Parts: sequence; structure tokens; C-alpha cells
Amino acid sequence: MTNHPSNGKAVLEAVRTAIDKHGNNREELIPILNDINHTVGYLPKEALEEVSRLVKVPKSQLFAVTTFYRMLSTRPRGRHVIQFCESAPCHVAGGRKVWETLLDELKVNPEETTPDGKWTLITVSCLGICGVGPVIVIDDDIYGNVAPEQVHDILAKYD
Amino acid sequence: MKAYRSMVLISSDPISMQQGAQQVFDLLQSKIRSFGLEEEVSLSMVGDVGRHDVAPIVIVYPEAVIYGPVKPDSVHQLVEEHLYKGRIIPEMVASVRELSGRIAWLQARKGTLPAEKRIVLERAGIIDPTSIEDYILHDGYTALAKTLEMKPAEVIELITKSGLRGRGGAGFPTGTKWGFVARAPGTPKYVICNADESEPGTFKDRVIIEGDPHSIIEAMAIAAYAIGASEGYVYVRGEYALAQERLRLAIQQAEEMGFLGDRIFGTDFSFHIHIHSGAGAYICGEETALIESIEGKRGEPRSRPPYPTTHGLWGKPTLVNNVETLANIPAIMRHGADWYRSIGTPSSPGTKCYTILGNVNVTGIIEVPMGITLREVIAIYGKGMKNGSGFKMAQTGGSSGSVIPASLQDTPMDFDSFSKAGVSLGSGALLICDEDTCSVDLAKVLLNFFRKESCGKCNPCRIGTQRAYEILTNISEGTGTQQDIADLMTLSENMNLLSNCGLGQTAGTPLHDILSHFRAEVDAHINLKVCPSGICPMSGRRI
Repeated sequence: MTNHPSNGKAVLEAVRTAIDKHGNNREELIPILNDINHTVGYLPKEALEEVSRLVKVPKSQLFAVTTFYRMLSTRPRGRHVIQFCESAPCHVAGGRKVWETLLDELKVNPEETTPDGKWTLITVSCLGICGVGPVIVIDDDIYGNVAPEQVHDILAKYD
Repeated sequence: MKAYRSMVLISSDPISMQQGAQQVFDLLQSKIRSFGLEEEVSLSMVGDVGRHDVAPIVIVYPEAVIYGPVKPDSVHQLVEEHLYKGRIIPEMVASVRELSGRIAWLQARKGTLPAEKRIVLERAGIIDPTSIEDYILHDGYTALAKTLEMKPAEVIELITKSGLRGRGGAGFPTGTKWGFVARAPGTPKYVICNADESEPGTFKDRVIIEGDPHSIIEAMAIAAYAIGASEGYVYVRGEYALAQERLRLAIQQAEEMGFLGDRIFGTDFSFHIHIHSGAGAYICGEETALIESIEGKRGEPRSRPPYPTTHGLWGKPTLVNNVETLANIPAIMRHGADWYRSIGTPSSPGTKCYTILGNVNVTGIIEVPMGITLREVIAIYGKGMKNGSGFKMAQTGGSSGSVIPASLQDTPMDFDSFSKAGVSLGSGALLICDEDTCSVDLAKVLLNFFRKESCGKCNPCRIGTQRAYEILTNISEGTGTQQDIADLMTLSENMNLLSNCGLGQTAGTPLHDILSHFRAEVDAHINLKVCPSGICPMSGRRI
């Protein structure tokens, strides 16, 4: 994902940009949150407070929505997010061994971030690219037909 | 539009893009120019052509030669030899034996493979999805023009007569649903295209939208006219970035041409389409959860009735149709109900898109008449089982679908034949598993999916899926008991009877099927503490 703006100003900027683009209607809430999540990398507290104020949605409801959808995160993530598809088509095509290799390489538990802040490993449901399972997605890059022995080289492309 | 001597298409599905399709496109463009062929050769990115193992793919018409995978350093040779000198380069051609899907169909036209019947994927991979002119040249928007000369009731009658049934999984008659919304009191009315394709193993809707976005826009406009709606939404899952981009462009083009927006074709009919992106939730494919999500809320299904046909988006009458269902509409309007009824089986007319996955030699997407059998799909389109292994089971229709044992391989795949056999057709994903697949392990993976995707609103589903997963984990670790099987059967039945929506109601289906058809294998895990396929950890007690 993108770098996390460390200061609150950049976060508020991302909120305003998203709301300018979509308008401040309740029905645009999910597109707005999607945009902010993409720019900032996750949805920090100050972003949600600003959205709550501008879109006029109570913070409780905002929290309910952000925690419901998988693509929205309320916790900071690593510099790179690895999404591993754990649905049946990828599993049957050899996903289990790829998953074990990923855990070995990263030495991190699912849904967690490595201590150096480089990687966040998350499991996801089907990504719709099942013709080439097993599939992993790193940030916006898709890797299909992944074999366990390729995992190391794929990870080495990122710094 | 100009006539060209050759038409060159480049696959641009996500895998092709990742394998350098854009670079190949750019290089082709500059090479074509340097050979002075830009007036003779057209070049387009065409979305998903149904095959990913040799991506990116370059198809050259009129010869219908398929090259793949095409690397940037072979572009020069391709342009010089094929486009300039007219000589096909055999060593770069993707091998015929392994062709599937769209490409199999291209070859079928040359008489080498049994033909698919393409209606909804007719243009995908043939036209440039970013060009409205291309769509118009292929009969685009003629169905809408014809529709606007008819009365709305006549349109609904035609769709009803065609026998089209919803392709989202349930198979509800489309014309009947349209009639419900048309007759429902209250305005405004809404048309929603359900493109939240999250059923694992299903990607037909993505291929349709990426390859032929205008067909969905045209179909939605026809539906809107028939039911009296002026606003429409396409709910596209958040992961489908390319599909969203294609739709956005197509909507803009259609508005500029007067096929969408105010006073379409100069008539009094106005219709606007909005795109709404999902944010990653399987449950949002359920129509009432989808509606909640468009309203900016958690995607939790509503209690039904009332159904969306009377109380949908913002509490107004709403038509929700799947992408594949809609993609059939323009063709039915153009060719008539009798033509449509002549394809497929009497109770399930038309075609069905299937995505073929798992342990077969060729994976991909096909569109064939309703009523083909699984054995035919594996033999003809899947090119047989991988590594010569035997067929063990198939799961149809994604995670919530049925698990079919070898004995049902010859049942015609249509809504009624399948429901008679006690299985469901679902969304069209065909996950083919060989003898190395463990049924307990598969059940565990499926229940893991449901326990994570359960929205948590109702107890039977939230607790049932979690509990079933825990029991299956025990069995896979060698600590299961016979009581567990009885408990799983009860859980499966209770989830089916008591859950609020389709997710919980079908979560037990694959579990029930596996316990019925593969009981001996489950028993081996419990009684002998052995996984016959050697997949499960069985760490609880080793023998």
C-alpha cells in the first residue's frame, strides 16, 4: 500500500479529497472509506472522526461499517500487504503448500504485521482469478499459478 | 468505421497485465507504425479471453491465430513475419490441444472442437471493450432501440416467454420478477445489476463486464424501460478494479451517444446508471445485503419478505438481476423468445457460463447450452484430468454449491435436472477434484470460508459455521468421534432451516453432500485415524 502519512494534516487532506470526489451523502460512505483506506493505507481514528463530521454519520455507525468490510482496515498495516486466497479453488490447486511457505518465509501469523513493519499477511476469500490458482496479491500486483518455490523470489522484489 | 486488413487483439485480464500485456501492446503499436502498417492493422486490448496459463495472448484475425505467451522481445518478429510478410509463426502459437473457453470456440469455428454456444460472451474477446463504435458494429444498442418502440408490458411478456431464468444461482424466472417490480406500487423504482461476484471459483461476470461492458448497460436500460425505473446501480465488488474502470468509460460513452441519460433515443424515457464499489464482503452478493451496502451500511441481509421487488433500495420497488442474466437480455430482444427457447433444455432455455477449475488440464471459462453433462465438460473443455488421475468429486456453484460424486457425472446440468438429483447448479463454478483431494479437508476449507464470511446477524449461521469448522478440524486431526458426524448432520440441517439468508441456508449443503457421498472416507478419519489421501494432519493420535 501507500506510505502512511505520519501527520494528521495529510490524513485530513485524504478525507477531504475523497468527500469532494464522491459528495457527502450517506450512500457514498463506502466509496469514500475505500478511497481514504487506499491513500492512507488504513483508516486512522482522526480520519473516521472527520468523515463522521462531514458526512453526518454517528461514529458508532461508522465503526460498524468499517469493521464489516474486509478491504477497510482500522489498524495500521505494513508497507506491503500480502493477500492470500484461501478459498477452495486455490486450495485444491496447491494453495496449502504456498501458504505454509509464506508463513515460513515471513515468520508472521496471519492478520499480523512483521516487527520491521514491512509485511502484513492477510487471508482473503476468492479474488475472482481462480483460473490461475493458487493466487496471491501483493499490494496491487497479482501473482497466479504460484508454486511454493517461487515465493521467496516474489517476496524479494519488494523492499 | 474504417476497414482493416488485420485485427490484432491483446488479452488484458489482470494476469495478462501482470505478465506485461501493456508493454506488449505498446511495442506492437510502435512496431506496427515502424512497418507503416497503422492504416492496415487495428490493435485493441480485449479483456479476458478465457485462458491465463499462456498470458498475455495475442490473437490475429482474420486468420484467428492465437499466440501466447507473447514476450516483449518476440513482438518484432510477430509484426515482421505475420503482419508484414503474412507468415504465421508456428513456434509462437499457443498449442491447439490445450485450448479452452473463448479460444476453443475460435478454433471450433475452424471445425476442430465441438462448438460452444455463445450468447452472453458473444463479443467478449472479439470487440474492443473501450470502444462503443465496436459494440454498435456488433448489433449494439439495436435491442434498446427496438425495445423503446414496444410497450413496457410487451417487453416483460417477451422476456417471460423466452423462459430466461436468473443466472445468479437460484434460477428464478426473470420475466416474472420484472412483472413483480413493474406492478409494485411506489416510485421511483430502481434497477440494480448484481456484479458482486464473490462465490469462490466464479469469474464469469468479470469476464462479461471486462470484455463487453456495453451489453450490461443496454440490458439495464431495457429492464428500466420495462419496469418503469429511471435510476440504476451496478454493484461491482471492490476487487474488480478493471471491470469498474471499463463500466465507467462505457457509461460515459453511452451518455455521450444518447443511449443513456436524459431522453434516450429522443424519447421520453430517461435512465441513469451509477457504479457502486463493494469493499470486500461475500455476503453483499445476497440481494438485500447488497441493497444495505449501497445505502452505506453494513452488508447485513434484511428479513424477507418483503422482497426487494416491493421494498428494495430506499424502501422502493427494486429489480436486482445478475450480470449474466442481464447479458442475455439484448440478444433475446433482438432474436425473439422462440429463438432463445430453441437453445438449452425446455425448462432451462439458453446457455450457461461455467468456470472450469481444479485438477483438470485446462482451466478457464466456457459458455455452453444448458443440459451439458459434467463428464462432457471435463473431457471436451477441461481436456481430461490432470496427470491422468481419476475424477473424485466436483463442486458446482462455488462454496455454497453441491458436491457431486462420480455417480452424478452424467446428469444434465440444468436447473430442473439438478434439483431432481438433489443438487444445485449455483453460479456456474465447476471445481473438479481428483483422487488426491481429501473430502474432509475440502469440507474444512469450505466451512472456514463460511465462518469468516458469515455476517453474524443471525445465530444459526454465525455459531453453526464456527462450530462445524471446529468439529471438522477435530476430525482432520484424528480426534473426531462418530457423534461428530451426527452433530454435523444436525448442524447442517439446522443452518438450512433456521438461517436468515442464503449464506447460512446453503453453508451446510457441501457438508451434507460430503457426509452422504464420502462417508467411508470420513469414517476412516474417525475410526482408523487415517487420512486416506494423506492430506489431513492427523496429529491428534498417530498410528
